[in-house]
Amino acid sequence: MFTKTTLQNGLVILLKEIHTAPLISHWVWYRVGSKDEPTGKTGVSHWVEHMQFKGTAQFPASMLDKAIAREGGTWNAFTFLDWTTYYETLPADKIELALRLEADRMVNSRFDPSEVEAERTVILSEREGNENEPLFRLGEAIQAAAFRVHPYHHEVIGDAADLRSLTRDDLYAHYKTFYIPNNAVLTMAGDFETEAMLRQIEDQFGPLSSAPSPPRLNRPEPEPQGEVRLTVEGPGETTYLQVSYHVPAASHPDFHALAVLDSLLAGPSNLNMFGGGGISNKTSRLYRALVDTERAVSVHGGWTATVDPFLYTFTITAHPKYRIEKALTALDAELARLQDTPPSEEEVIRAIKQSRAIFAYGAENITNQAFWLGYAEMFAEYGWFTSYLDKLAQVTPADVQRVAQTWFRSNRRVVGTYIPVEEGGAS
Amino acid sequence: MKRWFARAGSPLSGNTLTLPGPEDIARFVLSNGIVLLARSNFNTPSVVVSGYLNAGSIFDSDEKLGLSDFVTSALMRGTQSRTFEQIYDSLESVGASLGFSAGTITVGFMGRCLVEDLPLLLEILSDVLRHPIFPKKEVEKLRAQLLTSLAIRAQSTGDLAALAFDEMVYAGHPYRRPDDGYPETIRAIAHRDIVEFHRKHFGPRGLAMSLVGGIETEAAARLVEQWLGDWQNPQQPDLPVLPELRPLTGVERKHVPLPGKSQTDIVLGAAGPSRTSPDYLPASLGNSILGQFGMMGRIGDVVREQAGLAYYAYSSLSAGYGPGTWEVSAGVNPANVEKTIELICAELRRFVQEGVSPEELADSQANFVGRLPLSLESNSGVAGALLNIERYNLGLDYYRRYESLVRAVTPEQVTETARKYLHPDRLAIATCGG
Repeated sequence: MFTKTTLQNGLVILLKEIHTAPLISHWVWYRVGSKDEPTGKTGVSHWVEHMQFKGTAQFPASMLDKAIAREGGTWNAFTFLDWTTYYETLPADKIELALRLEADRMVNSRFDPSEVEAERTVILSEREGNENEPLFRLGEAIQAAAFRVHPYHHEVIGDAADLRSLTRDDLYAHYKTFYIPNNAVLTMAGDFETEAMLRQIEDQFGPLSSAPSPPRLNRPEPEPQGEVRLTVEGPGETTYLQVSYHVPAASHPDFHALAVLDSLLAGPSNLNMFGGGGISNKTSRLYRALVDTERAVSVHGGWTATVDPFLYTFTITAHPKYRIEKALTALDAELARLQDTPPSEEEVIRAIKQSRAIFAYGAENITNQAFWLGYAEMFAEYGWFTSYLDKLAQVTPADVQRVAQTWFRSNRRVVGTYIPVEEGGAS
Repeated sequence: MKRWFARAGSPLSGNTLTLPGPEDIARFVLSNGIVLLARSNFNTPSVVVSGYLNAGSIFDSDEKLGLSDFVTSALMRGTQSRTFEQIYDSLESVGASLGFSAGTITVGFMGRCLVEDLPLLLEILSDVLRHPIFPKKEVEKLRAQLLTSLAIRAQSTGDLAALAFDEMVYAGHPYRRPDDGYPETIRAIAHRDIVEFHRKHFGPRGLAMSLVGGIETEAAARLVEQWLGDWQNPQQPDLPVLPELRPLTGVERKHVPLPGKSQTDIVLGAAGPSRTSPDYLPASLGNSILGQFGMMGRIGDVVREQAGLAYYAYSSLSAGYGPGTWEVSAGVNPANVEKTIELICAELRRFVQEGVSPEELADSQANFVGRLPLSLESNSGVAGALLNIERYNLGLDYYRRYESLVRAVTPEQVTETARKYLHPDRLAIATCGG
């Protein structure tokens, strides 16, 4: 049973009853992410997310963690390009705790100045951990090169310069602007009765006041002006190549044909956040063309459903014996083949079956089900998710060829290479 | 936990509404001794198959360390009747997956598929376990991939700190070695070594598996019997007897320099109990208090929340067959390494000297009991739980008894166990970074 409704204060609610286990997963989504951050304030959304675990008058920091853990629950939060979300998955009879906690911290978080300072170094440490990874460094450089105007320009975690200079007041202002019921979506899946649950939600969230709609940064990225090539140097022994193409937003009608393209070129991406397990990609076209032939050691393709047009990225690990240019040539040849000749009907049917399996695996997990209720709502609506497999089934070989021609042209891409250097590196 | 059993009137009466127990776990012994634990879950259209056999790196020589891992990675590269392409084409075409991984004692496998494709999955599982031919070309491709993985490992501060830690804690013991070997040992492995290792160590003896999903257990057992029941290998050796572990006699330190890295990883601790030791549950609860509960327990509170030194700082207990480890891990700026180690050591001292309070223990006990349904909600969660039952001889009623086992642990037991394993003056401290 699925229900969607809106409280008077504008809070959108999506509920899905699933009675397979005595669990409930509860999520609160805010329409704010790194794309809402102007230069100088990068990383503020993610930092606010951290501060949401630092307590309110009613739930001091240490009490929050303990209260959830004591019930055997799990909770966490994620900040993304487009949204920030918080969830708790708990035994069904303990869910009241999650409702009270989320309603409370939507408006009452303290942002204690000393806590803000302690968290500054934690987040800088998180960033330093990321920087240890060659693919983080490369990805960050590619994103910055791909988006000159659009705020997808920077990584969610933010730039170190801003992480050092953001103030408590910056964080608090961001919180107060975006954490309002009419900018939020509450989703819940699991073992409850909808009517009774709606009353419980109304009790907790109903009294919160709506506020003026937050201002949005609206800086669409101009059409790419040609291929960009870049290199990043750093410690390591392994060369990586990432090739990123500008692709449309999740709500674009081409999304499903792109999903089929993803599946047959690089193996199906798993869009589930929890569970679902991946499917190997050893019979994908690119594995055959790059790895089987030893032009590379591995190849993966990946993308994500976003509000605005973002990137589809191929990640290639170089073969120790061969130059990475060979892998790029092979990738280009495979793309050209798809642009010149539509795939077989069989390949398309195969991609659809793969998606069906991945969806079935993801459905075992209550947390994942509640995740989808909100995730889809962030860039489209829940119907996007429920109609996904049907839409996929309508994709034709000609559609796949067309999206390859439209979106995978070399003048729409950034080619980035991570070059390992001897000690000291370029860090 | 009452509600777990009392869902009268629920529209679904599937057996996922109860914790796994003797009346819904079917245990089969195939004609060749393979043990299968199966449980139906008709709420899902998919199935998970999981298992292990005793063919881990414990059987590798020092010169060819990584052989078990190499063999395991090569199983799906071709069989007497199927090429690498055919194997993966069959699986990937139906959205199924199958994978193997080598550990120190066992080689594990896990596969999943839609119920309709279970016969196919089992047929391929059987084929790659029993009839791999390790085509030379594929072996060489794989060797290059393994060497690249090792090159990536050689740049991972977390991996290298963990390796250095194991070398100190397990000095003189086979567990000191990394299962995936070193570049020189991977290069030393010949094709005949791979064929020979498989011939000798892969067989039904000691093989246990679990199967969970939308299928009757009897039907599942018939399928497994059909594909694996007639497998024989009289050559399979016993597991070697593990030597006694020499305890640490003081504080040992090892630093692995990796210039250019912005963060240093710290791994610090000592040996811990095995999974079958009576100390396991008290140690596990103690570990929760020390570095897990809430936002990473006492360690997280001191290192992350109060000092703001690290994004992650936690403790973990790694317990399996033979001696385990009890360790604290953190990632910090290179300038803060000494300060962090001091804070962690001070916490360890407090932990063993003052012990734990009844309130702290009650919190972690509640957490252990309360999180059980969540860990068992998916087919893969249940499949893992069933394998634990078999591997560590826990009894089919283990998850039903779990709450009383957890609640029976006293604060004194936790403190005593902590004192037995953690000595602030006898620690291994490994660091890796810039």
